[in-house]
Amino acid sequence: MSVTAPPARFTADPGATLSPHSYLDVAYEDKLALWEEVKADDRFADYLYGCYECGICVAACPSAKFYDFSPRKIAQAAAREDVELIYEQMNDDVWNCSQCFSCNRCPRENSPGGLITLLREVAVRNGLGTAKEALEGYGRVVYKIMTTGTQISPDMLQPDAFPDWGPDVEKTSDNLELWRRALPPETLHTTEMSWQVSNETLIELYLIWLHSDVMDMIAEADEGLHMIILDVMEETLEDAGYEV
Amino acid sequence: MIESTSIPLSAIRKPPLPNPADAPTEDIREQLYELEEAGELIVQRVPGPYIEVMTKYGRTKKIPEQMTWHHKSCGQCGHIPGYSTSIFWLNRQFGMNYVDPTDQTSCTAWNYYASATSNAVAQAAVASRNFAAAYETGYFPMIHCGTSYGHYKETRQEIVHHPELRRKVRDIMAKLNKPLVVPEEIVHYSEWIHAMRDRIAKKQVRDFSSITASIHPACHYYKLVTEDAIYDPDIYGGQRTATVTGIVEALGSTVGDYSTFFDCCGFGFRHILVQRDFSRSFATQRKIEIMKEEANPDVVITHDTGCVTTLDKSQFAARAHQRNVGVPVLSDAQYAALAMGAHPYRIVQLHWHATDYTALLEKMGIDWEKAWVEFEGDLKRLESGEIEYLSWEDADAK
Ligand code: SF4
Ligand code: SF4
Repeated sequence: MSVTAPPARFTADPGATLSPHSYLDVAYEDKLALWEEVKADDRFADYLYGCYECGICVAACPSAKFYDFSPRKIAQAAAREDVELIYEQMNDDVWNCSQCFSCNRCPRENSPGGLITLLREVAVRNGLGTAKEALEGYGRVVYKIMTTGTQISPDMLQPDAFPDWGPDVEKTSDNLELWRRALPPETLHTTEMSWQVSNETLIELYLIWLHSDVMDMIAEADEGLHMIILDVMEETLEDAGYEV
Repeated sequence: MIESTSIPLSAIRKPPLPNPADAPTEDIREQLYELEEAGELIVQRVPGPYIEVMTKYGRTKKIPEQMTWHHKSCGQCGHIPGYSTSIFWLNRQFGMNYVDPTDQTSCTAWNYYASATSNAVAQAAVASRNFAAAYETGYFPMIHCGTSYGHYKETRQEIVHHPELRRKVRDIMAKLNKPLVVPEEIVHYSEWIHAMRDRIAKKQVRDFSSITASIHPACHYYKLVTEDAIYDPDIYGGQRTATVTGIVEALGSTVGDYSTFFDCCGFGFRHILVQRDFSRSFATQRKIEIMKEEANPDVVITHDTGCVTTLDKSQFAARAHQRNVGVPVLSDAQYAALAMGAHPYRIVQLHWHATDYTALLEKMGIDWEKAWVEFEGDLKRLESGEIEYLSWEDADAK
């Protein structure tokens, strides 16, 4: 099923959709284009087979217990192709999902969590303002994973970053270099990356980022971050004789 | 406050063994062999000797004993390094031949599930690069992280089901001078522990029979591509995944069941880093407090990076609010290592954990104060330059 024209009831009376906030300043065609991009992903057909409205996914969902959030609504909106509501979810709901995939218990074999991955990806690729907001404060993590190939480095354990984890964080941070040397596996004597990653491995990782459109996504999400990551990658690649 | 709906384990009836011919899902391995036959990819076979275990729908899965390429976890190595160290230590205790590679990146799935700043092709290419790196060494991937494991199972399905994606990934691999390789089985380290549990129990030197452990099964272990997780008719009647529970029972501990077994830990990928109010609340109110009320465990045992981190670290703030918390959290690898006599600081590295674990160590018969003094001695040797790093031999010194 594909939607070629806006169903009149959605545009004429936004209140007729389930969406309380229909982003009326955004043209329907633009919302539809984003939805078509979601559907064009190869994985879409694996994630949605209709919906019984049974709510099993909601019962299993941790985010539904904490936020005004429902995986059933995500599946419903997608199954009905309610473009207005999907656009709203793409902006307001998807970042609440904790990507645990408990909703894969769906008796209809849906994966609302998988749909959310696709919705988020399209939101980032198209630089939606809400996606940029969601990624604020997250840039350092993206930088770390893309440039070092490991995400959670020991030096991230700073008391100001994890005040709620108690005084041990400060102790770890103060003793970091020494404690890392007290680890028997030789690959773990690092503080800036989770383990020692070889330079050749990093070069291959950078080539993957460059050949898979990921850098374009980063540029849409955060131009400054894109430039910093690109600088690091270019330096390493050029040193290794690659023309970037 | 939720009401207990826990069914006593003894009440779970043992159903007949599942018949793989009736499985509602395909056997992805058959399609992998077909693609290999067609020259589309290489399937890396599980090296022998391997142990056969049963998965959810009755199919058999091969778990290699050794010749393993350890695909480390960034969260384990970065913030709870006693987790990875214990996995390696267990392998060494059995004299297993393994590789701890530097030619390995993270699966990058934590970032993907948190920020969506990637895509299916990049994710599959990162997975394939790691698989090819393992293949080149002749060793077989052993995945430490539950998320990497779940994500790689999904990636394997995508590579099999989507020819266009497969072509794009193969093109990228060609640019790296690497073949497109997919392992015959995606193996999680906790499956190795499960398969080895009787042998681990034979080497047990500490008595764990007075310990009650509540189990938290990792979501990405058994909710993503569920048919590939280990189930065992003798554990929960085959109705829940058997990993973790199997080793805890083999070590003689009591499993303290609780009603929110299926709930996630609250990790949330982005939440644990930038929206921790959710993680803290969920971890303590839906998991730790329920466990305490219903099973009053001495310890929580789980098998993934994010679960150990979230369940352990979230308790500090909850305690400040006088919540009913205070249960140490360990991985199955750390628990098994302690049972086999590992040093609590040199190997299990408990000083990286947050919730008080000293009462647990006392129950295990470990003099933790003496052990800490020994470890402080190591630190002094490191500080003075007498040694540069703590070696495996140092760590096992009596
Ligand atoms: S993946 Fe998202 S929608 Fe699904 S159960 Fe987990 S939090 Fe809920
Ligand atoms: S579990 Fe599946 S069928 Fe039931 S409401 Fe959720 S998505 Fe719909």
